[in-house]
Amino acid sequence: MIRAFLDYVSTSSNWSGTRGIGHRTIEHLRLSGASVLAAALIALPPAVWLGRSKRGGFLAQSIVNIGRAVPSLAILALLFPISLSYGFGLGFWPTFAALVILAVPPMFTNAYTGIRSVDPSIVEASRGMGMRPLEVLTRVEIPSGLALILTGVRIATLQVIATATLGAYVGFNGLGSFINEGFRQRDDAKLLTGAFAVALCALAVDLAFGVITRRAMPWRQPLPQHVLERN
Amino acid sequence: MNKDSFIWWDWVGRHTTQIQSATFEHLRLTLIAVAVGFAISLVLSAVALRYRWTFTPIAGFAGLLYTIPSLALFAFLVPITGFNTLTSEIGLVSYTLAIFIRNIVAGVDSVPPDVVNAADGMGYRPIRRFVTVDMPLAAPAIVAALRIAMVTTVGLVTVTGLIGQGGYGAFIDSGLSRNFSTEIVVGGGLSVIMAIALDTLLVGVERIATPWTRARKRFA
Repeated sequence: MIRAFLDYVSTSSNWSGTRGIGHRTIEHLRLSGASVLAAALIALPPAVWLGRSKRGGFLAQSIVNIGRAVPSLAILALLFPISLSYGFGLGFWPTFAALVILAVPPMFTNAYTGIRSVDPSIVEASRGMGMRPLEVLTRVEIPSGLALILTGVRIATLQVIATATLGAYVGFNGLGSFINEGFRQRDDAKLLTGAFAVALCALAVDLAFGVITRRAMPWRQPLPQHVLERN
Repeated sequence: MNKDSFIWWDWVGRHTTQIQSATFEHLRLTLIAVAVGFAISLVLSAVALRYRWTFTPIAGFAGLLYTIPSLALFAFLVPITGFNTLTSEIGLVSYTLAIFIRNIVAGVDSVPPDVVNAADGMGYRPIRRFVTVDMPLAAPAIVAALRIAMVTTVGLVTVTGLIGQGGYGAFIDSGLSRNFSTEIVVGGGLSVIMAIALDTLLVGVERIATPWTRARKRFA
Protein backbone atom coordinates (compact mmCIF):
# COMPACT_ATOMS: atom_id res chain seq x y z
CA MET A 1 0.00 0.00 0.00
CA ILE A 2 2.75 2.44 1.01
CA ARG A 3 4.81 1.23 -1.94
CA ALA A 4 1.91 1.78 -4.36
CA PHE A 5 1.53 5.29 -2.95
CA LEU A 6 5.25 6.07 -3.32
CA ASP A 7 5.18 4.72 -6.87
CA TYR A 8 2.19 6.92 -7.66
CA VAL A 9 3.68 10.16 -6.38
CA SER A 10 7.09 9.45 -7.92
CA THR A 11 5.63 8.94 -11.41
CA SER A 12 5.98 12.23 -13.22
CA SER A 13 2.92 11.67 -15.45
CA ASN A 14 0.76 11.72 -12.32
CA TRP A 15 1.87 15.30 -11.68
CA SER A 16 1.07 16.80 -15.07
CA GLY A 17 -2.14 17.39 -17.00
CA THR A 18 -5.52 18.52 -15.77
CA ARG A 19 -5.92 15.38 -13.66
CA GLY A 20 -2.43 15.68 -12.22
CA ILE A 21 -1.34 16.59 -8.72
CA GLY A 22 0.02 19.98 -9.80
CA HIS A 23 -3.11 21.21 -11.56
CA ARG A 24 -5.45 19.94 -8.86
CA THR A 25 -3.41 21.53 -6.07
CA ILE A 26 -3.46 24.88 -7.83
CA GLU A 27 -7.20 24.62 -8.51
CA HIS A 28 -7.84 23.68 -4.89
CA LEU A 29 -5.89 26.65 -3.54
CA ARG A 30 -7.26 29.06 -6.17
CA LEU A 31 -10.86 28.19 -5.29
CA SER A 32 -10.14 28.30 -1.55
CA GLY A 33 -8.44 31.68 -1.82
CA ALA A 34 -11.22 33.18 -3.95
CA SER A 35 -13.89 31.93 -1.53
CA VAL A 36 -12.11 33.22 1.57
CA LEU A 37 -11.62 36.61 -0.09
CA ALA A 38 -15.25 36.87 -1.15
CA ALA A 39 -16.47 35.77 2.28
CA ALA A 40 -14.18 38.31 3.99
CA LEU A 41 -15.59 41.12 1.84
CA ILE A 42 -19.12 40.04 2.78
CA ALA A 43 -18.54 39.29 6.47
CA LEU A 44 -15.95 41.71 7.83
CA PRO A 45 -17.36 45.20 7.07
CA PRO A 46 -20.77 44.55 8.72
CA ALA A 47 -19.06 42.73 11.59
CA VAL A 48 -16.80 45.71 12.28
CA TRP A 49 -19.67 48.16 11.90
CA LEU A 50 -22.02 46.24 14.20
CA GLY A 51 -19.20 45.56 16.67
CA ARG A 52 -18.45 49.29 16.94
CA SER A 53 -22.05 50.19 17.58
CA LYS A 54 -22.31 47.22 19.99
CA ARG A 55 -25.51 46.17 18.31
CA GLY A 56 -26.49 42.84 16.80
CA GLY A 57 -25.21 40.54 19.55
CA PHE A 58 -28.20 38.27 19.12
CA LEU A 59 -27.65 38.19 15.37
CA ALA A 60 -24.00 37.20 15.87
CA GLN A 61 -24.92 34.40 18.25
CA SER A 62 -27.64 33.11 15.91
CA ILE A 63 -25.25 33.13 12.96
CA VAL A 64 -22.67 31.08 14.85
CA ASN A 65 -25.29 28.58 16.00
CA ILE A 66 -26.81 28.16 12.55
CA GLY A 67 -23.38 28.02 10.91
CA ARG A 68 -22.41 25.17 13.19
CA ALA A 69 -25.64 23.20 12.79
CA VAL A 70 -25.77 23.17 8.99
CA PRO A 71 -23.44 20.46 7.68
CA SER A 72 -21.09 21.68 4.96
CA LEU A 73 -21.81 18.62 2.84
CA ALA A 74 -25.52 19.45 2.93
CA ILE A 75 -24.93 23.03 1.72
CA LEU A 76 -22.63 21.83 -1.00
CA ALA A 77 -25.04 19.11 -2.07
CA LEU A 78 -28.02 21.50 -2.06
CA LEU A 79 -26.26 24.04 -4.23
CA PHE A 80 -25.50 21.38 -6.81
CA PRO A 81 -29.04 21.00 -8.24
CA ILE A 82 -29.60 24.76 -7.88
CA SER A 83 -26.43 25.51 -9.81
CA LEU A 84 -27.37 23.03 -12.52
CA SER A 85 -30.89 24.36 -12.97
CA TYR A 86 -29.69 27.99 -13.16
CA GLY A 87 -27.03 27.16 -15.71
CA PHE A 88 -23.91 27.60 -13.57
CA GLY A 89 -22.96 24.00 -14.24
CA LEU A 90 -21.04 21.72 -11.96
CA GLY A 91 -17.64 22.04 -10.36
CA PHE A 92 -16.33 25.51 -9.62
CA TRP A 93 -19.49 27.61 -9.06
CA PRO A 94 -21.56 25.41 -6.75
CA THR A 95 -18.43 24.70 -4.68
CA PHE A 96 -17.50 28.40 -4.61
CA ALA A 97 -20.98 29.40 -3.43
CA ALA A 98 -21.02 26.73 -0.72
CA LEU A 99 -17.56 27.75 0.51
CA VAL A 100 -18.52 31.42 0.74
CA ILE A 101 -21.67 30.56 2.71
CA LEU A 102 -19.63 28.41 5.08
CA ALA A 103 -16.82 30.91 5.57
CA VAL A 104 -19.03 33.87 6.48
CA PRO A 105 -20.27 32.77 9.97
CA PRO A 106 -16.91 32.18 11.72
CA MET A 107 -15.42 35.33 10.17
CA PHE A 108 -18.41 37.45 11.09
CA THR A 109 -18.78 36.29 14.69
CA ASN A 110 -15.09 36.43 15.54
CA ALA A 111 -14.60 39.87 14.01
CA TYR A 112 -17.78 41.10 15.69
CA THR A 113 -16.65 39.82 19.09
CA GLY A 114 -13.15 41.20 18.52
CA ILE A 115 -14.31 44.73 17.76
CA ARG A 116 -17.11 44.71 20.31
CA SER A 117 -14.83 43.69 23.17
CA VAL A 118 -12.32 46.49 22.58
CA ASP A 119 -11.94 48.30 25.90
CA PRO A 120 -14.19 51.41 25.65
CA SER A 121 -11.75 53.46 27.73
CA ILE A 122 -9.09 53.03 25.03
CA VAL A 123 -11.55 54.28 22.41
CA GLU A 124 -12.45 57.21 24.66
CA ALA A 125 -8.79 58.01 25.21
CA SER A 126 -8.00 58.01 21.50
CA ARG A 127 -10.97 60.30 20.83
CA GLY A 128 -9.71 62.54 23.61
CA MET A 129 -6.34 62.67 21.89
CA GLY A 130 -8.13 64.18 18.92
CA MET A 131 -8.23 61.17 16.59
CA ARG A 132 -10.86 61.30 13.88
CA PRO A 133 -13.42 58.44 13.79
CA LEU A 134 -11.64 56.75 10.88
CA GLU A 135 -8.32 56.93 12.72
CA VAL A 136 -9.90 55.46 15.84
CA LEU A 137 -11.16 52.59 13.70
CA THR A 138 -7.96 51.84 11.78
CA ARG A 139 -5.39 52.62 14.45
CA VAL A 140 -7.13 51.55 17.65
CA GLU A 141 -10.19 49.37 17.21
CA ILE A 142 -9.04 47.10 14.38
CA PRO A 143 -5.56 46.47 15.84
CA SER A 144 -7.13 45.72 19.23
CA GLY A 145 -9.59 43.26 17.73
CA LEU A 146 -7.09 41.84 15.23
CA ALA A 147 -6.37 38.67 17.20
CA LEU A 148 -9.98 37.53 17.01
CA ILE A 149 -10.46 38.79 13.46
CA LEU A 150 -7.51 36.66 12.33
CA THR A 151 -8.75 33.70 14.37
CA GLY A 152 -12.03 33.90 12.46
CA VAL A 153 -10.28 34.09 9.09
CA ARG A 154 -8.09 31.14 10.06
CA ILE A 155 -11.03 28.95 11.13
CA ALA A 156 -12.92 29.90 7.96
CA THR A 157 -9.93 29.17 5.72
CA LEU A 158 -9.39 25.72 7.21
CA GLN A 159 -13.05 24.92 6.81
CA VAL A 160 -12.94 26.13 3.22
CA ILE A 161 -9.97 23.90 2.40
CA ALA A 162 -11.76 20.93 3.98
CA THR A 163 -15.00 21.55 2.13
CA ALA A 164 -13.27 22.24 -1.19
CA THR A 165 -12.16 18.61 -0.83
CA LEU A 166 -15.82 17.56 -0.69
CA GLY A 167 -16.31 19.61 -3.87
CA ALA A 168 -15.06 16.58 -5.79
CA TYR A 169 -18.55 15.12 -5.31
CA VAL A 170 -20.12 17.99 -7.27
CA GLY A 171 -17.53 17.75 -10.02
CA PHE A 172 -14.89 20.19 -8.77
CA ASN A 173 -11.49 19.08 -10.04
CA GLY A 174 -9.43 19.75 -6.90
CA LEU A 175 -7.47 17.54 -4.54
CA GLY A 176 -10.66 15.84 -3.38
CA SER A 177 -10.90 14.26 -6.84
CA PHE A 178 -8.02 11.91 -5.93
CA ILE A 179 -9.99 10.77 -2.89
CA ASN A 180 -13.27 10.44 -4.80
CA GLU A 181 -11.55 8.40 -7.55
CA GLY A 182 -9.63 6.43 -4.95
CA PHE A 183 -12.86 5.37 -3.24
CA ARG A 184 -14.60 4.49 -6.48
CA GLN A 185 -11.69 2.61 -8.05
CA ARG A 186 -10.55 1.07 -4.73
CA ASP A 187 -7.16 2.62 -5.48
CA ASP A 188 -5.22 3.11 -2.24
CA ALA A 189 -2.40 4.99 -3.96
CA LYS A 190 -4.82 7.68 -5.19
CA LEU A 191 -6.54 7.78 -1.81
CA LEU A 192 -3.30 8.37 0.04
CA THR A 193 -2.12 10.92 -2.52
CA GLY A 194 -5.30 12.94 -2.02
CA ALA A 195 -5.26 12.52 1.74
CA PHE A 196 -1.63 13.63 2.09
CA ALA A 197 -2.03 16.55 -0.30
CA VAL A 198 -5.15 17.87 1.43
CA ALA A 199 -3.73 17.34 4.92
CA LEU A 200 -0.47 19.09 3.96
CA CYS A 201 -2.37 22.05 2.47
CA ALA A 202 -4.44 22.42 5.64
CA LEU A 203 -1.45 22.12 7.96
CA ALA A 204 0.65 24.50 5.86
CA VAL A 205 -2.11 27.11 5.84
CA ASP A 206 -2.59 26.68 9.59
CA LEU A 207 1.14 27.18 10.19
CA ALA A 208 1.17 30.19 7.86
CA PHE A 209 -1.64 31.76 9.86
CA GLY A 210 0.35 31.19 13.03
CA VAL A 211 3.27 33.11 11.50
CA ILE A 212 1.02 35.88 10.12
CA THR A 213 -0.67 36.29 13.50
CA ARG A 214 2.67 36.66 15.26
CA ARG A 215 3.99 39.08 12.64
CA ALA A 216 0.83 41.17 12.57
CA MET A 217 0.73 41.51 16.33
CA PRO A 218 4.26 41.64 17.67
CA TRP A 219 2.85 43.06 20.90
CA ARG A 220 1.07 39.90 21.98
CA GLN A 221 1.04 36.13 21.90
CA PRO A 222 -1.51 34.59 19.53
CA LEU A 223 -4.77 33.71 21.21
CA PRO A 224 -5.82 30.11 21.50
CA GLN A 225 -8.59 29.29 19.06
CA HIS A 226 -11.70 30.02 21.08
CA VAL A 227 -14.30 29.00 18.61
CA LEU A 228 -13.71 25.67 17.02
CA GLU A 229 -15.57 25.02 13.83
CA ARG A 230 -15.13 22.24 11.39
CA ASN A 231 -16.89 20.16 8.79
CA MET B 1 -45.76 17.76 -9.14
CA ASN B 2 -43.09 18.66 -11.68
CA LYS B 3 -39.62 17.33 -12.23
CA ASP B 4 -37.91 20.54 -11.09
CA SER B 5 -39.61 20.46 -7.73
CA PHE B 6 -37.00 20.83 -4.98
CA ILE B 7 -38.60 18.28 -2.73
CA TRP B 8 -41.06 15.55 -3.60
CA TRP B 9 -43.16 14.91 -0.52
CA ASP B 10 -44.38 11.85 -2.31
CA TRP B 11 -40.87 10.37 -2.11
CA VAL B 12 -40.65 11.25 1.58
CA GLY B 13 -43.94 9.48 2.24
CA ARG B 14 -42.75 6.33 0.52
CA HIS B 15 -39.45 6.22 2.43
CA THR B 16 -40.46 6.70 6.05
CA THR B 17 -38.93 3.36 7.05
CA GLN B 18 -35.57 4.29 5.54
CA ILE B 19 -35.71 7.74 7.10
CA GLN B 20 -36.45 6.19 10.48
CA SER B 21 -33.54 3.75 10.31
CA ALA B 22 -31.22 6.51 9.03
CA THR B 23 -32.24 8.59 12.05
CA PHE B 24 -31.26 5.79 14.43
CA GLU B 25 -28.03 5.20 12.52
CA HIS B 26 -27.13 8.91 12.57
CA LEU B 27 -27.91 9.18 16.27
CA ARG B 28 -25.96 6.02 17.07
CA LEU B 29 -22.83 7.14 15.16
CA THR B 30 -23.02 10.58 16.82
CA LEU B 31 -23.55 9.38 20.39
CA ILE B 32 -20.85 6.69 20.22
CA ALA B 33 -18.35 9.22 18.85
CA VAL B 34 -19.16 11.86 21.46
CA ALA B 35 -19.16 9.35 24.34
CA VAL B 36 -15.88 7.70 23.34
CA GLY B 37 -14.31 11.07 22.55
CA PHE B 38 -15.40 12.42 25.91
CA ALA B 39 -14.01 9.41 27.81
CA ILE B 40 -10.63 9.61 26.04
CA SER B 41 -10.50 13.39 26.53
CA LEU B 42 -11.28 13.06 30.22
CA VAL B 43 -8.30 10.77 30.73
CA LEU B 44 -5.99 12.92 28.57
CA SER B 45 -7.15 16.11 30.32
CA ALA B 46 -6.54 14.56 33.74
CA VAL B 47 -3.03 13.63 32.62
CA ALA B 48 -2.43 17.11 31.18
CA LEU B 49 -3.66 18.75 34.39
CA ARG B 50 -1.59 16.51 36.64
CA TYR B 51 1.61 16.65 34.57
CA ARG B 52 1.61 20.14 33.07
CA TRP B 53 4.39 19.50 30.57
CA THR B 54 2.19 16.98 28.75
CA PHE B 55 -0.45 19.62 27.95
CA THR B 56 1.37 21.11 24.95
CA PRO B 57 1.99 17.76 23.19
CA ILE B 58 -1.52 16.45 24.00
CA ALA B 59 -3.30 19.61 22.87
CA GLY B 60 -0.95 19.86 19.89
CA PHE B 61 -1.73 16.32 18.74
CA ALA B 62 -5.49 16.84 19.15
CA GLY B 63 -5.19 20.12 17.24
CA LEU B 64 -3.29 18.38 14.45
CA LEU B 65 -6.05 15.77 14.08
CA TYR B 66 -8.61 18.56 14.12
CA THR B 67 -6.85 20.45 11.35
CA ILE B 68 -6.88 17.52 8.91
CA PRO B 69 -9.99 17.80 6.71
CA SER B 70 -12.54 15.06 7.38
CA LEU B 71 -12.54 13.49 3.93
CA ALA B 72 -8.73 13.31 3.97
CA LEU B 73 -8.78 11.63 7.37
CA PHE B 74 -11.25 9.03 6.11
CA ALA B 75 -9.06 8.53 3.03
CA PHE B 76 -6.10 7.78 5.32
CA LEU B 77 -8.16 5.30 7.33
CA VAL B 78 -10.04 3.40 4.61
CA PRO B 79 -6.97 1.53 3.24
CA ILE B 80 -6.25 0.31 6.78
CA THR B 81 -9.66 -0.28 8.34
CA GLY B 82 -11.97 -0.49 5.30
CA PHE B 83 -15.42 0.96 4.56
CA ASN B 84 -17.06 0.37 7.94
CA THR B 85 -18.31 1.86 11.19
CA LEU B 86 -14.88 1.60 12.81
CA THR B 87 -13.41 3.94 10.19
CA SER B 88 -16.22 6.45 10.72
CA GLU B 89 -15.90 6.34 14.47
CA ILE B 90 -12.11 6.74 14.52
CA GLY B 91 -12.49 9.85 12.38
CA LEU B 92 -15.43 11.24 14.31
CA VAL B 93 -13.84 10.60 17.72
CA SER B 94 -10.58 12.24 16.68
CA TYR B 95 -12.39 15.51 15.90
CA THR B 96 -14.04 15.67 19.32
CA LEU B 97 -10.70 15.44 21.18
CA ALA B 98 -9.50 18.98 20.47
CA ILE B 99 -12.87 20.46 21.44
CA PHE B 100 -13.11 18.50 24.70
CA ILE B 101 -9.52 18.72 25.90
CA ARG B 102 -9.26 22.50 25.50
CA ASN B 103 -12.53 23.09 27.32
CA ILE B 104 -12.03 20.56 30.12
CA VAL B 105 -8.54 21.86 30.89
CA ALA B 106 -9.68 25.50 30.70
CA GLY B 107 -12.73 24.69 32.84
CA VAL B 108 -10.76 22.92 35.57
CA ASP B 109 -8.14 25.68 35.49
CA SER B 110 -10.84 28.22 36.24
CA VAL B 111 -11.87 26.45 39.47
CA PRO B 112 -10.95 28.86 42.29
CA PRO B 113 -7.75 27.74 44.08
CA ASP B 114 -9.41 28.38 47.47
CA VAL B 115 -11.95 25.67 46.77
CA VAL B 116 -9.24 23.25 45.70
CA ASN B 117 -7.19 24.02 48.83
CA ALA B 118 -10.25 23.57 51.02
CA ALA B 119 -10.91 20.17 49.46
CA ASP B 120 -7.26 19.20 49.97
CA GLY B 121 -7.46 20.40 53.58
CA MET B 122 -10.53 18.26 54.14
CA GLY B 123 -8.42 15.27 53.15
CA TYR B 124 -9.79 14.61 49.63
CA ARG B 125 -7.54 12.37 47.60
CA PRO B 126 -6.59 13.70 44.13
CA ILE B 127 -8.94 11.45 42.12
CA ARG B 128 -11.90 12.03 44.43
CA ARG B 129 -11.22 15.76 44.38
CA PHE B 130 -11.06 15.75 40.57
CA VAL B 131 -14.39 13.90 40.29
CA THR B 132 -16.38 15.56 43.09
CA VAL B 133 -14.94 19.10 43.19
CA ASP B 134 -13.13 20.05 39.98
CA MET B 135 -15.50 18.40 37.52
CA PRO B 136 -18.80 19.86 38.85
CA LEU B 137 -17.30 23.35 39.04
CA ALA B 138 -15.97 23.00 35.51
CA ALA B 139 -19.39 21.74 34.36
CA PRO B 140 -20.45 24.85 32.42
CA ALA B 141 -17.27 24.76 30.31
CA ILE B 142 -17.62 21.02 29.82
CA VAL B 143 -21.26 21.25 28.76
CA ALA B 144 -20.28 24.02 26.34
CA ALA B 145 -17.74 21.62 24.84
CA LEU B 146 -20.33 18.84 24.73
CA ARG B 147 -22.67 21.10 22.79
CA ILE B 148 -20.03 22.07 20.24
CA ALA B 149 -18.81 18.47 19.90
CA MET B 150 -22.33 17.11 19.52
CA VAL B 151 -23.42 19.61 16.87
CA THR B 152 -20.12 19.30 14.97
CA THR B 153 -20.32 15.51 15.03
CA VAL B 154 -23.89 15.46 13.72
CA GLY B 155 -22.63 17.46 10.73
CA LEU B 156 -19.56 15.29 10.24
CA VAL B 157 -21.59 12.08 10.28
CA THR B 158 -23.08 13.21 6.97
CA VAL B 159 -19.56 13.14 5.49
CA THR B 160 -19.24 9.48 6.48
CA GLY B 161 -22.08 8.95 4.01
CA LEU B 162 -19.38 9.25 1.35
CA ILE B 163 -17.69 6.11 2.74
CA GLY B 164 -20.91 4.16 2.75
CA GLN B 165 -21.97 5.00 6.32
CA GLY B 166 -23.52 8.02 7.75
CA GLY B 167 -27.26 7.86 8.47
CA TYR B 168 -28.63 10.96 6.74
CA GLY B 169 -25.35 11.28 4.84
CA ALA B 170 -26.33 8.22 2.81
CA PHE B 171 -29.32 10.20 1.47
CA ILE B 172 -27.07 13.11 0.52
CA ASP B 173 -24.58 10.77 -1.16
CA SER B 174 -27.30 9.00 -3.11
CA GLY B 175 -29.01 12.30 -3.99
CA LEU B 176 -25.72 13.66 -5.34
CA SER B 177 -24.95 10.65 -7.49
CA ARG B 178 -28.49 10.56 -8.93
CA ASN B 179 -28.84 14.36 -9.01
CA PHE B 180 -32.07 14.03 -7.05
CA SER B 181 -32.57 17.06 -4.81
CA THR B 182 -35.29 15.55 -2.61
CA GLU B 183 -32.83 13.16 -0.99
CA ILE B 184 -30.33 15.98 -0.44
CA VAL B 185 -32.95 18.22 1.15
CA VAL B 186 -34.19 15.39 3.38
CA GLY B 187 -30.67 14.32 4.46
CA GLY B 188 -29.39 17.86 5.04
CA GLY B 189 -32.58 19.15 6.63
CA LEU B 190 -32.96 16.28 9.06
CA SER B 191 -29.35 16.50 10.21
CA VAL B 192 -29.84 20.22 10.95
CA ILE B 193 -32.97 19.35 12.94
CA MET B 194 -31.07 16.65 14.83
CA ALA B 195 -28.23 19.07 15.63
CA ILE B 196 -30.64 21.68 16.96
CA ALA B 197 -32.61 19.10 18.96
CA LEU B 198 -29.50 17.67 20.64
CA ASP B 199 -28.16 21.16 21.34
CA THR B 200 -31.43 22.19 22.99
CA LEU B 201 -31.41 18.99 25.02
CA LEU B 202 -27.91 19.77 26.31
CA VAL B 203 -28.91 23.30 27.28
CA GLY B 204 -31.65 21.70 29.39
CA VAL B 205 -29.18 19.24 30.91
CA GLU B 206 -26.87 22.11 31.82
CA ARG B 207 -29.65 24.00 33.58
CA ILE B 208 -30.57 20.95 35.62
CA ALA B 209 -26.98 19.93 36.36
CA THR B 210 -25.71 23.35 37.45
CA PRO B 211 -28.48 25.04 39.47
CA TRP B 212 -25.92 27.20 41.31
CA THR B 213 -24.96 29.16 38.18
CA ARG B 214 -28.53 30.43 37.88
CA ALA B 215 -28.70 31.29 41.58
CA ARG B 216 -25.55 33.35 41.22
CA LYS B 217 -26.94 35.22 38.22
CA ARG B 218 -30.16 36.01 40.04
CA PHE B 219 -28.34 37.72 42.92
CA ALA B 220 -25.69 39.39 40.83
